[in-house]
Formats: sequence, structure tokens, C-alpha cells
Amino acid sequence: MVRFIIRRLLVTIPTILVVISITWVLIKLAPGNFYSGEKRLPAAIEKNIREKYGLDKPWYQQYGRTMWNIIGHGDFGTSLRFEGQSVNSIIARSLPVSAGIGILAYILALAVGITAGSIAALKQNSRWDYASMAGAMLGISIPNFVLGPILVLVFSLSLYWLPPSRWGGFPSRNLILPILTLSAVYMAYIARLTRAGMLEVLRSDYIRTARSKGLSEKDVVVRHALRGGLMPVVSYTGPALAFLLTGTVVVERIFALPGLGNYFIQASLNRDEPLIIGIVAFIAIALLLMNLLVDIAYAFLDPRVRY
Amino acid sequence: MDEKPPPAPDMPKVTEPGLPPRGTPQTPLAPVDPDAIHVSPEMAIAEGDVRTAEEGAHVHGTSLWRDAWRRLLKNKLAVFGLVVVLLVTLASIAGPSLIKAATGFTPDYIPSSDVRLIKSFPPFTGPDGEFSWSHPMGTDNSGRDQLARVLQGGQISLFVGVISTVVSLLIGVSYGAIAGYVGGRIDNLMMRLVDVLYSLPYIILVIVLLSMFRSQTARGQLILLFIALGSVSWLTMARIVRGQVLSLKNQEFVVAARATGVSAPRIIFRHLVPNTLGPVIVYATLTIPQVMLTEAFLSFLGFGVQAPLASWGSLASDGIQVIAIYPWQLIFPGVTMALTLFSLNFLGDGLRDALDPQMRTV
Repeated sequence: MVRFIIRRLLVTIPTILVVISITWVLIKLAPGNFYSGEKRLPAAIEKNIREKYGLDKPWYQQYGRTMWNIIGHGDFGTSLRFEGQSVNSIIARSLPVSAGIGILAYILALAVGITAGSIAALKQNSRWDYASMAGAMLGISIPNFVLGPILVLVFSLSLYWLPPSRWGGFPSRNLILPILTLSAVYMAYIARLTRAGMLEVLRSDYIRTARSKGLSEKDVVVRHALRGGLMPVVSYTGPALAFLLTGTVVVERIFALPGLGNYFIQASLNRDEPLIIGIVAFIAIALLLMNLLVDIAYAFLDPRVRY
Repeated sequence: MDEKPPPAPDMPKVTEPGLPPRGTPQTPLAPVDPDAIHVSPEMAIAEGDVRTAEEGAHVHGTSLWRDAWRRLLKNKLAVFGLVVVLLVTLASIAGPSLIKAATGFTPDYIPSSDVRLIKSFPPFTGPDGEFSWSHPMGTDNSGRDQLARVLQGGQISLFVGVISTVVSLLIGVSYGAIAGYVGGRIDNLMMRLVDVLYSLPYIILVIVLLSMFRSQTARGQLILLFIALGSVSWLTMARIVRGQVLSLKNQEFVVAARATGVSAPRIIFRHLVPNTLGPVIVYATLTIPQVMLTEAFLSFLGFGVQAPLASWGSLASDGIQVIAIYPWQLIFPGVTMALTLFSLNFLGDGLRDALDPQMRTV
């Protein structure tokens, strides 16, 4: 196990460096920069700015400095757009928003998805099965940036039940619509995965054994079938995290929430280079470490997995 | 995968010299007929029939494709998906010209001669609020016909979906087939690279790419979009094809091809790749909605399709700005897109069940 973790870390760390480098290269290769707006700056001012941010140095020194600051000091630099704010402070401020919505949405999706998927598997080919699978397909097919505004239209602009957007802190009624919007896709995937996993497990020998030794149906399902049937859901958590990323970007844009995704889009639109690199690096690190954790959890849950 | 692959096209046909049956033979000694592909366990019964067929009546072989087609037609949801996809495609291709012929509205026609008409009308409403057939989906802020715009947006959305999927097919199939056939250390290295790419937050990198290299022309941006979407969606395809090739490459028809001196590239692309078509088609069908969704997502954020071109994603994105007053501007493109994706997903699922009963991933 320890060897497995070390081996995975040996792959993970270079991957993170590659991600940061790709982002850096893309930004440097692209024409123009943050200051090349409509109004041309006087040459003297531009020179000062270039000196201040080290843009007058050769590319390898710039690259070296960026990488060294990130790896050596965990320092992503200062934002160009939000003057005087360090990228670290922006991330620290916006991360709780994104992570909070993401985690709550994932918990909701797990609860609804596992329930719907199990019911569909236990009553295969019944009305329940068809209804939940059609619902799941709908959830996969409706883009979240269509679902979100439609929910707003219904619950905020027609029924006046919930606020349509803006951040209201944790917990608040403002969170209900973003979380619903974000969790729809996961719910659908988890329901499908649970159904497929459960159907396979319910046919297996150990479930027949459990039934034949006289366990109640409830015990068979909850104690035996669910444990095996949920393995696909556990391994989906890794890709789900990546999905979550795109989902939160959309949801934060729709509902005007001050999360990481919203800052990332603004940074990309403004060519705020340190902020782009900082957020990409942060997301890459977080994602790869989470994937590692999921793999370790998998080994604990499934005794057949040996590394 | 325990399907028997169809024999390679340029392999000499083996005719058995009629061995005397010892006891009851498990495998029938029928001549290998390239059309008779034994697909799944239930076909094993039919295999027994081949012997009786030899003795008397002639039995038509059923091909893998005909068999799959029959199974697909039995699946109501898949047929529904197929019909909707065909209808939406047809409407998107022919619709804008039909509308132009019928009413004279093109997707970018702004009624600039009459200021009263430059505003967003609800569906089926004329300039004075009366019922009218002229704009079944209403108009947008500039008074442009929404139906024509949605159909033209469909052209772009479907086009992006199909082309990017083709790009991902080309990369994924070649990569997977080469890795699987060559094997050994190179295979290991190639697949490790796929693993690493898998774990990248690729959507973030795509956004960086698209925002940094934002093209001045709509066409340039579209090409950038193809490259970006195609180059990130080939990974699963590569894995699937590699798995298939691994299970195929030691079968007799490949060994025979190698023995007769066929070159490795020819074996890969003429003998192995055609045999992986089933899963590849299934996965490609499921890739199209994914790519379309990603395109819509990028267009929604403002990095995708640029004006004057419009896709369902960018139309929906425009509609969101005015959702409180003109909800139809979001609802029509959004619902059309959801319906199309829904149908494509059902079609893909149906194809998977029909072509590849063994494959059971979600």
C-alpha cells in the first residue's frame, strides 16, 4: 500500500508540473498580453510595468521564477486585474464557496441517485425502473446552464419562492437552486451506475447464499448487495470531481456566486496571467490528490483490489 | 468479449476436408462463411443448425449488422432516439432554406425597415399582439426569426459534434490500435500517457487555450474548437480500441496474416481495426452528445462559437440574459438541444445493447 502511494505520487507530481507548464506555455505563446487593450500605453509606463512583473527578462527566467515561486513557496503571485490582491488570497476566499456548493450537491446526488438506482434495480423492468431511468437520461441530457435558468424562471420569477441569484453565505436559501442545478447530472449518473452495479450483484452467488440462509430482504439489500453494488459509484467519484469543476463554473456564472470558477472565467477573459496559472495549478493539485485518495479508498472498500 | 471476429477479407477461405465426426462434435465442421458471424451465446444454438443446413435446405447467414439492426428496432427508446435525431438533422439542414422560401426570413434578417418589428415577440405573435404564423418560436431582441436561428444553430451544434467526434475517432482508434498491437513496453508507455492525460483538468486547459488564442474570425474560432474538443475526447476511445485489439491480435486470422507477410500497419488498419467497429460505433455515438454538451458549455461561457455564427449553446447563452422578460429565447434553443442530446443518448444506449451485449459500462 505504501509502495502504491509512493508510486502514484511519483506520477502525480510530474503531472502537476506538466499542467502548470502547459498553461504557462499557452499564455506565453498567445499573442498580446494583459496590457494590450484598446488604449495603447505610453512606452515609459509599459516599460515600468514590464520591469515590475519581470516581463522584461528572458523567457526561461520568467518560467523559472514562476515555477520556483509556486513549488518552492506555494506563492502564485499577485493578480493583475484585482490589484494588490494575491492570488493565494483570492483562492482562499473563493474556494469555500465552490467547495461548499460542490460537496453539498454531491451529497444530495448520492442520496437521491443511490435510492433511485437501487429501487430501479430491485424492481427491474417495473414502472419505477423505467421512470427513474428516463429521469436519469433527462438529467444527463439537459445542460445545466439550461436547467439552472429554467429553475430560476419557475421558482424565483414565477412562484417567488426562492431568491434568483447572489451569494448569501452558508447556509442560506440562495444555495438551494445552485445546488439543485449542480447535482442534477450527478444524480443521473449515480442512479445509472447504482442500477447497473446492483443488477450485477443481485445475480451473484453470495446474494443467493444470503437469501438462502434466511436473511430478510432488507438485510440482503442493505448489508450485502449495496456494498458490492456501490463499487462503480465509488470509482465514479474521481471523474465526478472533474465534472464538478465544470459544473461549478457554470453554476457560479448563472447565479453570480463568488467562487473559484467565476474568478477563473474572469481571469481568462481579462488575461490575468498569474490568476490563471494560480487557479489552474491549484485545481490540478486538488484534483490529482483527490483522485489518489479515491484510489486508496477503493482499496479499503474492495478487498479484491491489491496494489 | 467472447465474440468471434469475422474472418479477414483477404484470408483464404478454409474448406474443411470433411473429417469424420467422432461422437457428437462440439464444433460444427461447416465451411467458414464470412457472413455467418456467431455473435452471442444464443447463436450457439444456431451453430448446431449449420450441420443440418449442410445436409439439405439452404439457410441464409445473418450478418452481425443485420442482427444488430433487428435488435435495435426492437428497442422502442432507441428507435425514438433515431427518429428524433434524423428529424432534427434534416430540419437543421433543410429548415433555414425552407423558412426562407416560405416566409422570407433568414436567420440573420433584421427587419430594419420597420422599427416596430425590432423587438422580441413571443411565439406565434404578430407586431400588434395578434396570433400569427410568421414566427412560431417568436423573435429575438433584434426581431430575427427564432425558428430559423434555432435550426441554423442546430447545423453548427451537430456539425461541431460530428466533426470533433471524427477527430477523436481518428486519434483514438489509431493510438489504441497501435498500442494494443505493438504491445510490451511501448504499449505500457502509451497507456501510461493516457492515464496521465485522463487525470488532467482538461476542460480548464481548453478554456485557457480558447481564451488565449481567441480567433478574430468566427471560422477560425470554430476550427480551434474542433481541435480543442477532438484532442481531449479521444482517450476513452483509445482505451476501448486497445482492449479490443489485445483480445484480437493472437487470433488465427491475425497469425495467418502475419505468416503470409502482411505488414504491421496493414494488419492494424485492415484486419484489426475493422473488427473493433462495433464498440467504436457505440462509443462514437455516445461521444457526439458529450462533445455537443461541451461545445454548448464553452459557448455559454463565451469561449465557443462566435457571432455571426450561432450554436444552441450560444443561443441559450444569449437567452439567459433576458430570461426574466423573454423566456422563449432560452427555452426554444435549450429544449431543442436537450431533446437532441436525450435522443442521441438513447440511440447510443440502444446501439450498445444491439451491437455489443457484453459491454455494460454506463
